[in-house]
Amino acid sequence: MTHTVAAPHRPPGRVPTGTKARRRRPSFGPYLLIAPTLVVIAALMFWPILQIGTMSVQKIGNRELRGEPAQNVGLDNYRAIAGDELFWTSLKHTMLFVVAAVTLTVVVGTLIGLLLNSLGKRMSATVSAGVMIAWATPPVTAAIIFTWLFGTTGGLANWILEQLPDWLVGGNWTDYNWFGSPLPTYIVLTICVVWQSFPFVAVSILAGLRGVPSELYEAARVDGAGPWRTFWSITFPLLRPIFLVVLVLSVIWDFKVFTQLFIMSGLANRDAFNLSMYAYSEAFGSLNPKLGVGSAIATVLTLILLAVTAVYVRIMVRQGEVA
Amino acid sequence: MIRTPRSKVALNVAGLLVLVAAVFPVAWMVSTAFKPNTEIFSTVPKPLPSAPTLQHFDFVVNGGVANVSFWTYMGNSVLLALVTVLVSGALALLAATAVARFRFKFRTTFLVMLLVVQMVPAEALVIPLFFDVKRLELLDSLLGLVIVYVGFALPFSIWMLRGFVAAVPKELEEAAAIDGAGPIRTFFSVLLPLVAPGLVATSIFSFITAWNEFIFAFTFLDDETKYTLPIMLQYFFGRSGNEWGPIMAASTLLTVPVIIFFILVQRRMVTGLTAGAVKG
Repeated sequence: MTHTVAAPHRPPGRVPTGTKARRRRPSFGPYLLIAPTLVVIAALMFWPILQIGTMSVQKIGNRELRGEPAQNVGLDNYRAIAGDELFWTSLKHTMLFVVAAVTLTVVVGTLIGLLLNSLGKRMSATVSAGVMIAWATPPVTAAIIFTWLFGTTGGLANWILEQLPDWLVGGNWTDYNWFGSPLPTYIVLTICVVWQSFPFVAVSILAGLRGVPSELYEAARVDGAGPWRTFWSITFPLLRPIFLVVLVLSVIWDFKVFTQLFIMSGLANRDAFNLSMYAYSEAFGSLNPKLGVGSAIATVLTLILLAVTAVYVRIMVRQGEVA
Repeated sequence: MIRTPRSKVALNVAGLLVLVAAVFPVAWMVSTAFKPNTEIFSTVPKPLPSAPTLQHFDFVVNGGVANVSFWTYMGNSVLLALVTVLVSGALALLAATAVARFRFKFRTTFLVMLLVVQMVPAEALVIPLFFDVKRLELLDSLLGLVIVYVGFALPFSIWMLRGFVAAVPKELEEAAAIDGAGPIRTFFSVLLPLVAPGLVATSIFSFITAWNEFIFAFTFLDDETKYTLPIMLQYFFGRSGNEWGPIMAASTLLTVPVIIFFILVQRRMVTGLTAGAVKG
C-alpha cells in the first residue's frame, strides 16, 4: 500500500511522452464519452437541486402530488420553519452531533492509524482487516446492532453498567432506556457512527504515514523528541492535506446522518430530530405530506453542506487532484 | 518507532484491543443470530451460543417475514445492485477514458463537478426525486430506484476509474493504432483488459452503494414484494422490535456479503477518496 495512494493518479499532461502528434487534433471524442454521464448527473443531481429551491417556495401536498399545479407561497415555508421550535432544536442537535462525532472520529482514527503504522507487518494487516469490518457494515445493520447492544431486554451495555461499581457509574441500569430522550439517544448514535467512520480515517492516515521517509523520525529521535513532539512537528505538518480531507469528509458525512437515527429513534420521536430527520418528517412523515416545507429545510441543509464542500474542493484543487 | 521489547508488547496488546472493539458489534450480531431465545434473553449475557441453533435463520428464510419469501427480497437487492454495477460501470469507463486520455475544454470543470456532486446530500434530494418519480409513475418499481442508484454511484466510480485508465501506458494504444486497429477495437482489445482490475474494484463499490441504500428504497417502495433487504430488515425490526434472534439472523444475511466485498476493495476506496493527498 506504500505508494498506491499517489501512484495511479498522475494527471495525463504531466507524464512526458515522446509522441504528441495525435493530441493536437480537436475532436468531439471526449465530449461524446462524457455525454451520458452529463445527462445522468443533470437529471439526477442538478435538476433536483434546482427543484429543492423551487419547491421550497411552493405549497406541495397530496393534491399537487396527484398532478395539480403547485401554488407559489413565497417565503412562507421558510417563515414556518423559522417559527418552529423543532427546527432550532434539530439544527442544534445536528451541530452538536457533528462536533462530537467528527472530533471523536478524527482523534480515534488518527491514534489507530499511528498504532497500525508502528505494529509489525502481519499484526498491522490483521488489525486493518478487522477495522474494515466496522466500515463495511451497512448503516441499517449497524443501527440495529447498537439498538440491541443498548436495549433494555438482554442488552449488553446495561448489563455491563450494572456490573460496574455504583460509585463509578451509578446504579439501576438494568431497565435504563437509552432511546427515551435526546441526549442518551445521541450518545448511542455517536458511538455507532464513530465506530463506522474511524476506519476510513485510520486507513487514510496509515497510507499517509507509509509515505513519510523514516529518516525524519530517526532524526527526531536522535534530537530527543518524544512522541507528542514528533507528532506535532513532523507527522501533522506532513500529513496536513490528508487531515484536511478526512476532516471535511467527516463533517459532510456526519452532518446529514439519517439512516442510523431513523432506525434508532424513528419518526415518532420528534424531540431527537436532526435536520435530515426533520426535513424527511415534514415532507413524508404524515398522511398530509408537506414537500414544500421539507424542501425549505433541505435547502438549508444543502446550503450548509455546499459551503463545506467548497472548502473540500479548494483543498483538492490545491493538491493538484483536478489537474 | 521505539523498539524496546516491552513497548512492542504494549503496542500489540493495543492492536488486539482495537481489533476486538472493531469486530465486536458484528461478532455479537452473528453470535446472537445462532443463540436460542433462552440464551438471548438470559440475565447473564453469554459471548457465544452454548447450543448453536439455525432456528432464527430458518424463520427468516422460510418463515416469511412480512408474508413474502426472503428470496424475493434477496432477488430485488441483487438485481438492483447488478444493474447499478453494469450501467454505472459502463458510463464511468467512458467518462474516465475521456478525463484520463484527453485534454479538452471544461475538463477541469467536469472534474470539479464530480467532486461537488458526490457531496450533495441524498437526504435532501429524496424530496424532489420522490416528486419526479411519482410524476413519472415509477414509484414502487425497481426501475425508478436503479436510475437513482446509478446517479449516486457514477461520480465516485469515474473518480476512482480515471486513475486506473491513466495508469495504462498510452504507448500500447498507439501501437494498436499503428497496427491498424480503430478506436473501438483499441478500446476493447487494449484498454478494457488492462483496466479490468480497476473496473472490478469500482463495481464492488457500486454494488455496495446499491446494496446498502436505505432512504430512497424506503421512500419509493410501498409494495412489500418490491422491498430490498435493508427495507425488509427495517420493516421487520419495526414490527417485532424484540425478536432479536431473527432480527440478528436477517442482519447477518444482509451484512456478510458486503463485508467480504468490502475487504476485497477497501484499499482502492481510500485511494479514490484521499488520492494525491500524500503527494506533498
